[in-house]
Amino acid sequence: MQDILQRLEEMRDQAAIGGGQRRIEAQHAKGKLTARERLQILLDEGSFEEWDMFVEHRCIDFGMEQQKVSGDGVVTGHGTINGRLVFVFSQDFTVFGGSLSEAHAEKICKIMDKAIQVGAPVIGLNDSGGARIQEGVASLAGYAEVFQRNVLASGVVPQISMIMGPCAGGAVYSPAMTDYIFMVKDSSYMFVTGPDVVKTVTHETVTAEALGGAITHTTKSGVADLAFENDVEALLELRRFVDFLPASNREAPPWRPTDDPATREDLSLDTLVPPDATKPYDMKELIEKVVDDGDFFEIQPAYAGNIITGFGRMEGNTVGFVANQPMVLAGCLDIASSIKAARFVRFCDCFNIPIVTFVDVPGFLPGTSQEFNGIIKHGAKLLFAYAEATVPKVTVITRKAYGGAYDVMASKHLRGDVNYAWPTAEIAVMGPKGAVEIIFRGDIGDAEKIAARTEEYRQKFANPFVAASRGFIDDVIKPHGTRRRVCKALNMLRDKQLENPWKKHDNLPL
Amino acid sequence: MFKKILIANRGEIACRIIKTCKRLGIQTVAVYSDADAAALHVQQADEAVAIGPAAAAESYLVMDKIIAAAKETGAEAIHPGFGFLSENARFVEALDAAGLVFIGPPVKAIGAMGDKITSKKLAAEAKVSTVPGHPDAIDDEAEAVKVAGEIGYPVMIKASAGGGGKGMRIARSEAEVKDGLRSARNEARSSFGDERVFIEKFIEEPRHIEIQVLADTHGNTLYLHERECSIQRRHQKVVEEAPSPFLDAETRAAMGAQAVALAEAVDYVSAGTVEFIVDKDKNFYFLEMNTRIQVEHPVTEMITGLDLIEWMIRIAAGEKLSFGQKDVKLDGWAVETRVYAEDPLRDFMPSIGRLVRYRTPGSPEDASATVRIDSGVEEGSEISMFYDPMIAKLVTHAPDREKAIAAMQAALDAYCIRGINHNIAFLNAVMANPRFREGNMSTNFIAEEFPDGFQGSEVTGETLDILIAVAAILEQQRSARAALISGQMDGGVVFDPTKPADWVVMLAGQEAHPRTVTPEDGAFRVTGGAKGLLIETSAQLGDIVLPCFIDSRPVTVQVDRRGPALRLGYNGADIEALVLTPLAAKLAQRMPVKEPPDLSRFLLSPMPGLLMSLKVEEGQAVKAGEELAVVEAMKMENVLRAERDGTVVKVHAGPGESLAVDQAILEFE
Repeated sequence: MQDILQRLEEMRDQAAIGGGQRRIEAQHAKGKLTARERLQILLDEGSFEEWDMFVEHRCIDFGMEQQKVSGDGVVTGHGTINGRLVFVFSQDFTVFGGSLSEAHAEKICKIMDKAIQVGAPVIGLNDSGGARIQEGVASLAGYAEVFQRNVLASGVVPQISMIMGPCAGGAVYSPAMTDYIFMVKDSSYMFVTGPDVVKTVTHETVTAEALGGAITHTTKSGVADLAFENDVEALLELRRFVDFLPASNREAPPWRPTDDPATREDLSLDTLVPPDATKPYDMKELIEKVVDDGDFFEIQPAYAGNIITGFGRMEGNTVGFVANQPMVLAGCLDIASSIKAARFVRFCDCFNIPIVTFVDVPGFLPGTSQEFNGIIKHGAKLLFAYAEATVPKVTVITRKAYGGAYDVMASKHLRGDVNYAWPTAEIAVMGPKGAVEIIFRGDIGDAEKIAARTEEYRQKFANPFVAASRGFIDDVIKPHGTRRRVCKALNMLRDKQLENPWKKHDNLPL
Repeated sequence: MFKKILIANRGEIACRIIKTCKRLGIQTVAVYSDADAAALHVQQADEAVAIGPAAAAESYLVMDKIIAAAKETGAEAIHPGFGFLSENARFVEALDAAGLVFIGPPVKAIGAMGDKITSKKLAAEAKVSTVPGHPDAIDDEAEAVKVAGEIGYPVMIKASAGGGGKGMRIARSEAEVKDGLRSARNEARSSFGDERVFIEKFIEEPRHIEIQVLADTHGNTLYLHERECSIQRRHQKVVEEAPSPFLDAETRAAMGAQAVALAEAVDYVSAGTVEFIVDKDKNFYFLEMNTRIQVEHPVTEMITGLDLIEWMIRIAAGEKLSFGQKDVKLDGWAVETRVYAEDPLRDFMPSIGRLVRYRTPGSPEDASATVRIDSGVEEGSEISMFYDPMIAKLVTHAPDREKAIAAMQAALDAYCIRGINHNIAFLNAVMANPRFREGNMSTNFIAEEFPDGFQGSEVTGETLDILIAVAAILEQQRSARAALISGQMDGGVVFDPTKPADWVVMLAGQEAHPRTVTPEDGAFRVTGGAKGLLIETSAQLGDIVLPCFIDSRPVTVQVDRRGPALRLGYNGADIEALVLTPLAAKLAQRMPVKEPPDLSRFLLSPMPGLLMSLKVEEGQAVKAGEELAVVEAMKMENVLRAERDGTVVKVHAGPGESLAVDQAILEFE
């Protein structure tokens, strides 16, 4: 017995150093932490229970049978974040470059299966050179097993991928199917084919960082949701992020106490919308002044800035915010913003997170690049997402709600539960000028007449009352009371029950 | 007394006048430009009249519009405030013609004092001391030496057409007069095309000290003591106080008597200010007279207990001063700082935008002190490019200077402004400056004490200790709340807020400061620093302004969250801190220190504004000092020049484009 215990200790110690001291130092020299160090920051101290520490690969080709490392390049198990259960896997770059073997994949699958059964998030810390080439198709099979579980877990438990090193080739498709991808600046990259292959095929010269670094994916491609300065910051923010999410689709989102009163008014919101309709303002100010403690966790802040998405809390309960941003492209909907917001709305709907939408949208962005790239289908995604969502939906129109974009932005017609408008709201088919130029086409040459007609149209439609008279707006509210009214609406909706007709799954326009 | 007064001004002074009118039961009429439709003075007035576009030349400066507004609303009198039409004799004449009362001095006094030469002549006639000098142009050496000898060294040789320090020479001896005359004339010729120079006394360590006067229409003229306004930046006053730490009772009385004499000489009525320059030996010389209420009038009000606006109104209504010279109090000490929308870290460039957060300080903890804020804005107001960038005047009053300054420092710490840049850290640095504390200043104070501009205050000693301790307790509170989240696993280990906790506060450059936070009867004891601190705060998580008691001493810290990091400010200094558990801190030491991106290849917009013009194009080679672009902000055209030779490889912004601060305009090779 004593022998066994001693041997266990030795085996644990051996496993704990992964690929050995030299490789750990190499990892540190790159400004990266090791797989286990990362878990120490991510999880509550002492909460981590490691599984499969003694798993080894079974490859016998190319001398691999001589090289075995306990754990086989990935640390898996479960632990807690502020006391709440999460399942984790953390790839160990010091062991075979974190490459994925059949056994490595099996370890990941094991915790994923358990996470789905018990209903807890899966967090993957990715730092892997790719497939274990020595294993050939066994490694590919391993990837596919993980992919399959990503899909089955999707919408059941939250899945978060933190890319903290290389992630290339087929390996990218596991994070791609999770709910969120976060990246660490300068030390992580993701691409399907790397700079060398790109050079051979298309003759483009590009660095790994430029091709698939954190900045690229959070600003250009929109593949990743957030970029962080370094491992420590990334993991601390990941902890903060997990606090917003429910453990699974079977649970309500978590609640946390707050000192911020639901009745707090903010008089400065009364002047947020400038008197001049062509002048932009920062919609983020509204979110930050409405949400508990001004604490807003923005998702994809650097991508498709014309729409804002992110999480906050109202009276301690998690809420998803979607808001048009007049500061960027006048808040127009375009392909990128539609996809960004659609995905966010669908995530919230999966996980019972109420959606608060702030609307100031002049319409869809015109142009050939939009049409040629399929704004019809992509714009439909957001419309589809809002229409199918059954979670509580509270909408506040702050200024423009024009045309089809009005319909899209959680309107009453798409089962918006509570739809408010500020007195500055203009709910109309289009802006007064455009409308008059169509209705009174014959008068276009007569500037005076057009001006008079425009004013007439403005008087008639550039206000919230026409929509309110039809019941499309439940009430016109004062900006300073927005927090109070939204809190009240969310409380009223807490036990909302709504189900869509049975279906195998929907057919979202892709 | 008047029933209704129109205020021909905007911003804080309009609000200030409305306040007194309300107290006196007088109805008020505000006027406003398009840019001010939602401004505070419009909200506070009983009535408001729109007078045109944002540009002052088309609104606040248009006499006809203001007179029409007064007629339309039935106002009997007009208070001009300061600036705009306040010292415009034609405006006073126009009001007379329209049968409206001007709340201010008569036309004659405005006219006499508005002209520098006339005012100096009148002053000399009234036996007011003026800077000794020779008013006529001097062109030969012998005469120059003679004149200099008569005036007494040191002297200043000045170009008649002068300005901006060009064509000016200080001479302390005959030889220097000869040299100076030649070089001043040369410089004057090349700079202004006019080589005439004159000589006057050079004032060493000059102070700007002014006397407030008040005169009624019944022949009574009083002085309300002095204001010390030496702390100026480019002739813009920044800090004022009353009384002056430099004057003795005798000098004060002598200056007061001369100020009264001058006012009487021009039949002055209403409130006015006689400005003096005072040398290091307490010799004082008349500079000019301002025939209006001054920006810095509150410090006089605080020490005299008088409401100057009230007396301007009463005097305009024909009332007699109800007190005499001996009744004018000099009670305690008052300090005023001007809070400007500008960025002291970028050479005080103006800053415009929305006051996203604006919270003014509350009553001071020191019961003997008072805080007064004259402000024309509120949270959500817009600081526009059209008008003066002053946000507010912050005034403190206490029994003595030291206490008034301490109250000012506390008030500055609690002053919360977000959305635009402001000069509060700079004001704090002035308050903490040893020379200022000693009262040892001159009009060169800022140039001498901040020769390279303002780079922010160094965070040291106690301030740093306090900021670190507050960072640690904030993380303690944040962790305590995070541990209260629902849905926890049974038997899980979460943060226990009742037990002492160890934190490591990481500052820039991986500088680690370990602290232990121990909860103690609703307060926190923070140990591990130079000394233990007991911190009590009523602030809630998410508050930006944290009023604390640190070892029972009131201290206000401001905090902004940036992702996982905190930015904390106190006493004009700030730090960015990341508070970690000891374990995370150990690991954080391994994180690479990243160099900020190299922006030297870019021409960045130094302020938000409009790109007026671009002088270069892609591929063009430029020389250091060459004009690249003009950015307009706050009505000012700012010329951006090349810092070194190079070639423009990319143009990022075009003329007419609105620029954000730090937005790239050009990119160099």
